[in-house]
This record gives sequence, C-alpha cells and structure tokens, in this order.
Amino acid sequence: MNLEAIKSEIEANVPGCRLELVANPSPSGQHSLLLDGEHAVAVATYLRDAAGLRFDFCSNVTGIDWPGKEVSQTATARKIVDGLEQEVEEVGTTAIPGYLDVVYHLYSVEKKHGPLVLRMRTQDRHSGVHLPSLTPVWRSAELQEREVFDLFGVFFEGHPDLRRLLMWPGFVDHPMLKDYVDPDDYEYEPTAHDVVLRRVNQHRSEAGGR
Amino acid sequence: MNIATVPPAPLDSEPVTEPSKEQLLEISMGPQHPSTHGVFRMKVVLDGERVVRLKPVFGYLHRNHEKIAESVTYLGSMPYTDRLDYMCSITNNWGYALAVEKLAGIEVPERAEYLRVICGELTRLQNHACLIGFLMQDMGSTGTPLMYAFREREKILDLFESLTGARMMCNYMRFGGCRVDLPAGWLDRAKKVIADFPRFLDEYERLLVSNEILMDRTQEVGVLSRELAVSAGISGPMARASGVDYDIRKVDHYSIYDRFTFRVPLGSHGDVYDRFMVRLLEMRESVGILQQATRAIPAGPIVDPKMKIRGFRPKPGEAYGRIESPKGELGFYLISDGSPNPYRYRVRPPSLINLTVLEDLCLGRNVADIVAILGSVDIVLGEVDR
Repeated sequence: MNLEAIKSEIEANVPGCRLELVANPSPSGQHSLLLDGEHAVAVATYLRDAAGLRFDFCSNVTGIDWPGKEVSQTATARKIVDGLEQEVEEVGTTAIPGYLDVVYHLYSVEKKHGPLVLRMRTQDRHSGVHLPSLTPVWRSAELQEREVFDLFGVFFEGHPDLRRLLMWPGFVDHPMLKDYVDPDDYEYEPTAHDVVLRRVNQHRSEAGGR
Repeated sequence: MNIATVPPAPLDSEPVTEPSKEQLLEISMGPQHPSTHGVFRMKVVLDGERVVRLKPVFGYLHRNHEKIAESVTYLGSMPYTDRLDYMCSITNNWGYALAVEKLAGIEVPERAEYLRVICGELTRLQNHACLIGFLMQDMGSTGTPLMYAFREREKILDLFESLTGARMMCNYMRFGGCRVDLPAGWLDRAKKVIADFPRFLDEYERLLVSNEILMDRTQEVGVLSRELAVSAGISGPMARASGVDYDIRKVDHYSIYDRFTFRVPLGSHGDVYDRFMVRLLEMRESVGILQQATRAIPAGPIVDPKMKIRGFRPKPGEAYGRIESPKGELGFYLISDGSPNPYRYRVRPPSLINLTVLEDLCLGRNVADIVAILGSVDIVLGEVDR
C-alpha cells in the first residue's frame, strides 16, 4: 500500500494529527510515518480499526538511540586584525540535540499486507523521554515496550505495567544507549581461596621457607 | 539444636494473623525448575491449587545480544544468531541473512534458496518433534516420546554435521547464499531420512493422538482466543492453533516457498491439544516440502558472485526482514549508517512475544496445568532473554 495514501487517509480521519514521512534510502523501501505524541493513540486506533487498513498485528517494537552531535563549520568573516580589515576563517560548532526513536512494525492478519512502519520521537535523550504507550491498542507491545523502557529509558505513559524486563529492578542505567559505560564497581567478594592461601603461606614460613 | 528437643508449639496459641476466607500462597516456579525449559521464573499466586496471578520474570540469560552485534561487523554476528534459539540455528541464520539482503539489496542464487529451504524445513521437523517430546515429558510421560523424538533428531543433526561441520551451532548462511555446498552423497542420505520420517510420525500419532491421559490433560486447557492471539502478536504454530490463518511462508512469499504446494494446518479450539496437533500436522507438510525441494534442486552457484565478503558496508538505510521460524515470526530490524557495523540491530524474538499471554492462559487453572501450557508455548530462553 502506498504510504502517501495512508498518510492522507489518516489526516482526513484523525483531526489535528501531525504526520511526517521519513524516507528510507535502502533498497528495502520501507519508509516510515512519524507520529506526534498527542495523537499517537488515536492514529494507532484508526490504523487498527479502519476497514481498508486493518493493521491488527503489531509485530515489532523497538527503540533507536540517536545521540546529539556537534557539527563544526567554518565561516569566513571580515574582521579588523592589526588595524587592517582581513578575511578571517572562524570555526564555530553547533550542537544538534539527540533524541530517541521508538519504531513499530505493523502488519495486517486480515488483509495480509504490511509492513507499515511507525515512529515516535522523544524531545531529548534523558529528561523529555515520555511517549504514549500503544499497549492499549496492541497487546503485543506490552513486553516490547517494557524492553524499550529497560534498555533505552523511554517512559510509556498509559502502559499497564511498566517495569524493567531484562535487567534487574535495582539497576539504574539503560544499556542500549550509545554512551552507556559498563559499571566498574563490582564488589570484591572474598573467597575461601584467600583463607587457604594465608594458611599455606603461614605453613611455609613455619616450615622454614620451603 | 536437635529436632527432638524443640518444644512443640502450644495448641491453644493465638494465630499470628486472622484467618481469611481465601489464603493466598505466593510461590516462585523457577528459575531452576526443569519444566521451565531453561532459566525462566514465574511468580505464581495460588488460592489452593488455583492460579490467581502469574507474573513471568525474564532476564536470567540476558547478555545484550543486540549491543554485542552493534560492536562487530555484519557477518560477525552470524555465528551469534545460532545461540538465540539454539534448537533451530539454521532458521536464525536465515532470518538474519534475509534482513541483511533486504537492507543491501542482494539477490540469492536459486540453488542457495533450495539449500535454505531444505535446511530450514529439516530444522522445523526436529524442533517440532522435540517440542512434542518435551511437552509430554513435562506432563509426566517420562522418557518414551522424548526419546523417540531425539532418535529422529539425531538423524537430522547428523545431516547438519556433515553439511556444516556442527550439529547445533551450524552458522550455515551467508549474505547472498550459503557457506558450503552439499558434500557427495548428502542429498541421497537426506532423501532417505525424509522418506523414513512419515513412519516416525505415524508411530508418534498412534502413541499420542488418542491417548486418554493426554487428552484429559490438554483439551480445554490454556485456551487462547483468536482475537487475543492477533492483538498480542502471537505467531507461528501457537497462533495457528487458535485459528489465525497466518503463515509468513504464504503471506510474504519469501525465498522460493511459492514453488511448493503445502497446506497450513489450523486449530479451532486454541487449547494445548490443538497446539500439539498443529505441530504434528505441520511436520507432515514440511516432509512434503522437503520431498519437492530435494527432487527439484538445480545445479549452480551457492552464493551471489557480486557479494563482497570482506569490507561489506551496506548503504545507509534500514530494513525489517522476517521469516516463519519453527517458533513463530522471527524478525531482524537493521539500521545501517554506512559503516561496517550495524548502527542498530534488533531481534524480534517469537518466544518472548508468545509469552505475553501466559498469564491469561493460566488464570483459573491448576498448578499442574501451568507446566503443560508453558510447554505448549514452545520457548527457548536463549531467544527470550537474548
């Protein structure tokens, strides 16, 4: 199905929603639709229920981390240097803020078509990471959104049971972020080996250093 | 203190808490429980024998496969996909190869497609046979069905060993084809194994299908409705047992499945018995596909000659590729940024997503039914936890 047609059909039926086509240059040709957070649940419900679309099977849910980048650019400016006006090259950096993407791959069991790729985007990577949960629309997002929360740190509002899935409850960081660093604070556990070694050394010194 | 010296509690002592009408007992099944098929834990709340609440706990086998794959080259994670669902390494290879081929636009030669279908369907045969064996073992039929299944699996693993060099960790697929061609005489041996397989299926069916204890334990147990199966993303034999007519081999027309005639068995009740029967019937269809494929396999190259093994860098973009693995829909989602390593690598694990409905299936059932229901879902923890 043509993504442009789906986009205009949604825009006609879900008032106020802002959609954006995200092109995919790969030979797979799987372009995606970027949803806005406010209307995501309404759009998802429409995609599931509309008679011509019927995307009732949410196959895959995952996150992507796009860290912020610093892009340096050189600009020439005229300045007065040593009393003379000269052309000077100035290097300036602009910071492009990072964000997290959440991607949904939809198929239709009834119409046997797909995939339709949906994306949602957070404001930044650490504090503005709240997105609406699509679990009320597709139950299959339940465990997968928990996994995205666990590994990427996206908070899904409206999720019935948002807990860590793979890491343990006391864990603090989100390992799939690109700037994640392995913790280096594993406690040193004393083992019986040390006790045995101490006894051996004591025995050796008593036996005359043999 | 010696047990004999402990004074018994006085009989008229006050109970610590008021006895309520229903006394709930919270028990932990797993992670070291033989019937959980690995390190999987369920926190079960029981009222007597009846399940009131069941929360699965994941992650005991988590090693962040996705993060590891993002730090090595595309081909570097091919052997690691074997370890996802270690019962069916070849279909894991296939799913990953298919996704990369979509990402980079690689064609696969005809002979390689036949080799993939033959190995993939052999994998399905041994997975389904073993799963039924494990399910019976879980329900207490110690030994016999599982050993029958392992006897057949052994023959298929011998074929894999002589083809790929490994029995379970096959690492057989490459982007744009397969790693090695068939050794001399392999096809004749495979034909013999395939020709003998229906006799095992007849034997298995005679042993199990109308067994009264099996029917008692599995019929009307763990019923999954069609609507819930679709909504919860259930795929593979588990969805088809609930009457969802969705087989990716038929829907996506990937590889060369269009050339073979086979049917998609569907259940009508969605209970444990239907899941068991759907797998039995699927094995018969797989035998049919294998007979057609081994007859029609052409000569030719086994890998796309234009394919670069070293310095493989797909152009920037993304792709989602999926296959019908024995467990269900196995998908790989890849994003390339033009470098030799994938920018994002995601596995869509059928075992994990099929567990979404575990609590719904078990509520109101007895403890012993949990084991049968979990066995019929068909999970491998290497894939659930990744």
